[in-house]
Amino acid sequence: MTASSPIRRRTFLAAIGASATALATGACGSDDSDNSGAETVDPADASGEIDVWALTEDALNPVSQDSLDRFFHTEESNVTANLITESNDSYRDVLQTIIDTDQRPDIFFNWGGGSIRSYVQAGLVEDLTPYLENDPEFRDTFLPSVLEAGQIDGAYYGIPMRTMQPKLMFYNTAVFDDVGVSVPTTWQEFLDAADAFNDAGITPVAVAGADSWTLLMWVEYLTDRLGGAQVFRDITEGTGEGWRHPAITEMVNTIRDLVDRGVFGNAFASVQYDDSGPLLEDGMAAMMLSGSWEYTNFLNSNPDFVQNSLEWGPFPAIEGGEGDPDNVAGNPTNYFSVHANSPLKEVAIEYLKQEMGSDEYVQDLLDIGDIPAVADIEPLIEGHEHEEYFSFVYNMAANAPNFQLSWDQAIDRPQAEPMLEAIENVFLGNLDAEGFIQANEDAAS
Amino acid sequence: MKTPQAERERSLPDSRLPHRKRALRTKSDSDTLPRPGAAYLLPAVIFFGVFAVVPLALVVVLSFSSWPGFGEIQWTGLDNWERLLGDSRVWESTRITLMLTALGWLTQTPMALLIGVWAAGPQRNRAVLSSIFFLPLLLSSAAIAVLFHRFLDPNYGMARELGPLFGLPDGNIIGSSQGAFITIVFVSGWQWIPFHTLLYQAGARNIPTVLYDAATIDGASRSAMFWRITVPQLRHTIVTSSVIMVVGSLITFETVLLLTGGGPGGATRILPYLMYTAGFESFEMGYAAAIATVLVVVATTMSLIIVKFSGFAKMRSTLEGM
Repeated sequence: MTASSPIRRRTFLAAIGASATALATGACGSDDSDNSGAETVDPADASGEIDVWALTEDALNPVSQDSLDRFFHTEESNVTANLITESNDSYRDVLQTIIDTDQRPDIFFNWGGGSIRSYVQAGLVEDLTPYLENDPEFRDTFLPSVLEAGQIDGAYYGIPMRTMQPKLMFYNTAVFDDVGVSVPTTWQEFLDAADAFNDAGITPVAVAGADSWTLLMWVEYLTDRLGGAQVFRDITEGTGEGWRHPAITEMVNTIRDLVDRGVFGNAFASVQYDDSGPLLEDGMAAMMLSGSWEYTNFLNSNPDFVQNSLEWGPFPAIEGGEGDPDNVAGNPTNYFSVHANSPLKEVAIEYLKQEMGSDEYVQDLLDIGDIPAVADIEPLIEGHEHEEYFSFVYNMAANAPNFQLSWDQAIDRPQAEPMLEAIENVFLGNLDAEGFIQANEDAAS
Repeated sequence: MKTPQAERERSLPDSRLPHRKRALRTKSDSDTLPRPGAAYLLPAVIFFGVFAVVPLALVVVLSFSSWPGFGEIQWTGLDNWERLLGDSRVWESTRITLMLTALGWLTQTPMALLIGVWAAGPQRNRAVLSSIFFLPLLLSSAAIAVLFHRFLDPNYGMARELGPLFGLPDGNIIGSSQGAFITIVFVSGWQWIPFHTLLYQAGARNIPTVLYDAATIDGASRSAMFWRITVPQLRHTIVTSSVIMVVGSLITFETVLLLTGGGPGGATRILPYLMYTAGFESFEMGYAAAIATVLVVVATTMSLIIVKFSGFAKMRSTLEGM
């Protein structure tokens, strides 16, 4: 078994050199791009090396390595696979630098949506639609809502490779008991509970206002509950017109109302993400909207809290809202995509087909606390140490009519930053609905 | 035959009496002296060229293109520049950057000047205290930013106690637009005042004591000595320190990235941060290059202005007539 190696500095430098050359040749106006010339080889008599790029993650990397070994470390295989990892902070930069050079990966980890859209448009990512359509068994291996969330312009470019991360509400039941209110399921109950906590001097909801992506969760769910999934789909068209939907105005007004009511406390804008979970854990706040990974964080820092007073549920349904209360927002999953110029792409796809839904792989993922987007894995979850939470999250994602990818990942990159900033300004009370819409329209134009 | 007078002058440092010395030197004398030729410049010129001039030129070239960091570079002419002039975010960031620079200079210069002059004294306690005071110089900007962030958390840090002192109840310091801005000014000051103090300390120690002796005989007060001797004598140090400070403020980055992330709501989104998000969040390298070019132009212009209006370029010695 080969250990995973970090992406070599030399490779990275070589890629930078190559980019500099590209700059130089580009300046001469030459056109030597060649995205179509990759020769494909029949998987049976293929030989060579496959580079698989992933994030450096202590828990996940051995699972990926075992899976590669199962497929490639056999008598018949003349192909060897290298798992190459890079830290979360630099992964995107390194990939961006290297994707169109000779050092490019064959299979690479990504977040779907906006994270690969520009590569897709440059013809660098293999369209997996024919493979999934011609092989229903392959397609049905994965949860449809998650597979769909990874679509770009109606085509599939990624295969789900790890846990689903829907966003859900977490509650500290000890605080609820103290104040004498019950965990809310509807919007009105939520508002009433918030008022009760405010009267008791407890921050109703912990939110890390210093990190705008945590505020985004509220924007996503409120928009969906008020106006349905179509509102954001129209926004992703990128023309800016989508922001004019009345549900957006309603969402902004709702958030301003929540802030004015003190639902998030008075100092939320100073709180960084790392300090927001502990607020719930320590009983300084009663509720929190966060990703499914938060459970793991709580488990690591305070198992007793998870055991005794942690409860969870979907985002409350809003009476009269158009959205389906079963809709989910979050990160559907992370994906493996195949490089279109890889000479071994048939082998790479074959690997994904056989391994990403295999029982061994799913079991390994469950053992490290990942809940993969693979269909019909209830029997494997059954009897698991964290069965109650796992099956809630799994069913939440599996039964979701729509699983919305996080907005900042789904829209075009240049529009994401202004959007997050506008959201911050809504929470700070600096922007009203018209200002928010205007800011996003400006970014889209 | 050399006169004793000539012998004495030769032993003086070159810079003090250059022309007179040359007049006294014989022809054969100067030929044997090793004098630096153009080749001596070569390493510095190559280094500067490869690591400063070429990248700078490439950035300017890139500002006329659209490039996501891979693939073909699309030449887009003046598109980035047109967009830049019409981009309200750029103007807002420029305003914030200039405010930060001005406020940084206004707070750091008097502090560093006073502490530097104080630290220049020969007393032992001053030597001990100033070496402690220079400690922030040893810390990286990133470490300082992270430290202050922990410190300013409203629930687990000191902000809940500190905030009310500044009229910010609930400890919402870096979550408020003004609080975040002042925090950046304060943290930058905390980090950089020691460095400028060091400059002023060295400058103050170079002031000949005879000036103070003469002033004491004339009956000058301490503050009169400070304003009429120390500050004028430190003129060049003030210019040097100001140029470093202004250019340094213009390229502040890590502190903002780690402490406020340009927030809240863009209140601390300075130009370098905007450039970073354009280049490495949005992957619009061409547009980021245009912002970078603006930064270069602004920083160069400001340091030229300082040098010009301070008379620094004339290089007149502060020791004239001594």
